[in-house]
Amino acid sequence: MPEHSYTSRAELDQYAFRPIVTVLAPLLCILLQAMLPKTWAKFNYVDLPLIATIFFAVARRNPITGTITGTVIGLLQDGLTNHPFGVYGIAKGIIGYIAASIGFAVDVDNMVNRVLLNFGFSLFQSGMLYLISRRLLADPSVHLQPVHQLICAVVNAIVAIPVFLLLDRFKIRE
Amino acid sequence: MDSFFFRFRNALVLIIIVLLQVFALAVQVQRPIEGTVPGGAPDGRKITLLRRWTVALVTPVERIVHGSGLHSRSVWDNYIDLRHTREQNQQLKQEITQLREEEAAFAEDAAQGRRLQAVLGFQQQYISKTVAAQVIGTSGTDRSHVLYIDKGTADGLRPNQPVITPYGIVGKLRDVFPHTSQLLLINDSSSGAGVLLEATRIRGILRGTSAGEIQINNLTPDQRIKPGEQVVTSGGDQVFPRGLPVGIIESIVPDPQHQPYTAITIKPAANLSQLEEVLVITGTSPTLPAQAQADAAQADATAEENKRAAEVLAEKLPSIYDQTAGANQAAAGQPATDPNAPNGTPNATNNGKPVDTTGQNLVGGLPGVPNSGLPKVKPSLHPDRYTPGATPPATDLQPGAAAPKDSSQSTESPKPEAP
Repeated sequence: MPEHSYTSRAELDQYAFRPIVTVLAPLLCILLQAMLPKTWAKFNYVDLPLIATIFFAVARRNPITGTITGTVIGLLQDGLTNHPFGVYGIAKGIIGYIAASIGFAVDVDNMVNRVLLNFGFSLFQSGMLYLISRRLLADPSVHLQPVHQLICAVVNAIVAIPVFLLLDRFKIRE
Repeated sequence: MDSFFFRFRNALVLIIIVLLQVFALAVQVQRPIEGTVPGGAPDGRKITLLRRWTVALVTPVERIVHGSGLHSRSVWDNYIDLRHTREQNQQLKQEITQLREEEAAFAEDAAQGRRLQAVLGFQQQYISKTVAAQVIGTSGTDRSHVLYIDKGTADGLRPNQPVITPYGIVGKLRDVFPHTSQLLLINDSSSGAGVLLEATRIRGILRGTSAGEIQINNLTPDQRIKPGEQVVTSGGDQVFPRGLPVGIIESIVPDPQHQPYTAITIKPAANLSQLEEVLVITGTSPTLPAQAQADAAQADATAEENKRAAEVLAEKLPSIYDQTAGANQAAAGQPATDPNAPNGTPNATNNGKPVDTTGQNLVGGLPGVPNSGLPKVKPSLHPDRYTPGATPPATDLQPGAAAPKDSSQSTESPKPEAP
């Protein structure tokens, strides 16, 4: 009978995805994110690409893959805005790296942990975007809106629950 | 050495990827055009290519989804949901009749305005060509107020063309691709437009904020500026033609970050969060378009007919005509011609605008305000304190003071003083 020590949990819980899921799931998130605010403006509170980044990073538990996934998703988001390429790319790349690293230490299948992860990373992304816009791009029109960011974080944490449950179905244990 | 790279490979990959993007940001923000706000001007050639790839990946799906949505909505609207159509048709017909009457009433003023502009050499820009487009997608973030429309260079669109709705301005085109365009809304923080406060004629610069509002923040405090005032485009930005509705002033507060300026928040005339169809202005001309000229001619003819009918009425029933003219003069509280004004020139009393006080231009009926839309004031045979113009403004009254003596109140007993 194999012995599972604390350090071998990573090997137990490491998942992979079919290539089609790896490509289509983030793309679908970006598409929905671009289309839904047209009919329902409040949908801008949600950040589906961020939820996808966190999900794939914590499921794969590989910081390099998490960084690359986050960066690609972020760059695609940048492509639809009027900002220079790299604003969301940097923020989501770093989030992918940290989420994958946290995945080693935290039980990411636990619902409470998932909610807390999404809430925390949503706030972290807001801070990153503020720093990038204000410091790197020297854009004085950008201001911190704590209440708005807090609402966004709460909404993201709630929306992440069904999205994670849906994406769980496509996991393949390695 | 190998073990170092292997051990820290995760962190090294992250650092390399982040540094590459920081370098890319530095390259992109070097903008050659001075005076443009970052994010507001179209991208450079290489960036456009990257954005085009992203847009090419996303917009075809958006177009299909939007098209299928339109199709199902059209089936519903045209075949199933036809309740109240007859009533709506009747209402619309009545509205058209009313609008025709109003158009005829405005025609004379418009013609006079055009004549004066021609005399003064004003270069008025009329919208001569527009392209209707459907909104198919958004940027997907609340930090970038950008929409995507289903028309591009193939339909004659170019960057920086203004975009409007029948209610007011919406924004301008930023990046234009073959079959899609990126529309930068006026509430984006990189947007700007030259505007004019309609009543006070004060010019300002409109900017979007990071919260998605639109503000004028280059004006110092001025008591004449009040909430509710209409804001229109000034034409000074070389993007939006002059006189298009922008919105109304919602609030005026001191701007803590740019003292001594005020932050004048505007409520946009167009609903920027629920845009479905927009019009891209692709051409302007110094003369009215042919259709508009024909409409103006027709309205002129109708106005002329109305005038002739009024003259016939005045000939046959002179007492009514005299009463109306006399009442207008009395209500205006001044003689028909200003003794200080040069001969033949109208009085300039309404914020510097020429005001016709002869009573001939009182289409709406409010003295001094042509076409105000209010009913004409009928002459009163026995003026009293309720007669328009007889009561002093509330600001002049003081609590506890005696009622002002007025010629119109001479027949009434004075009010007892308040204790």
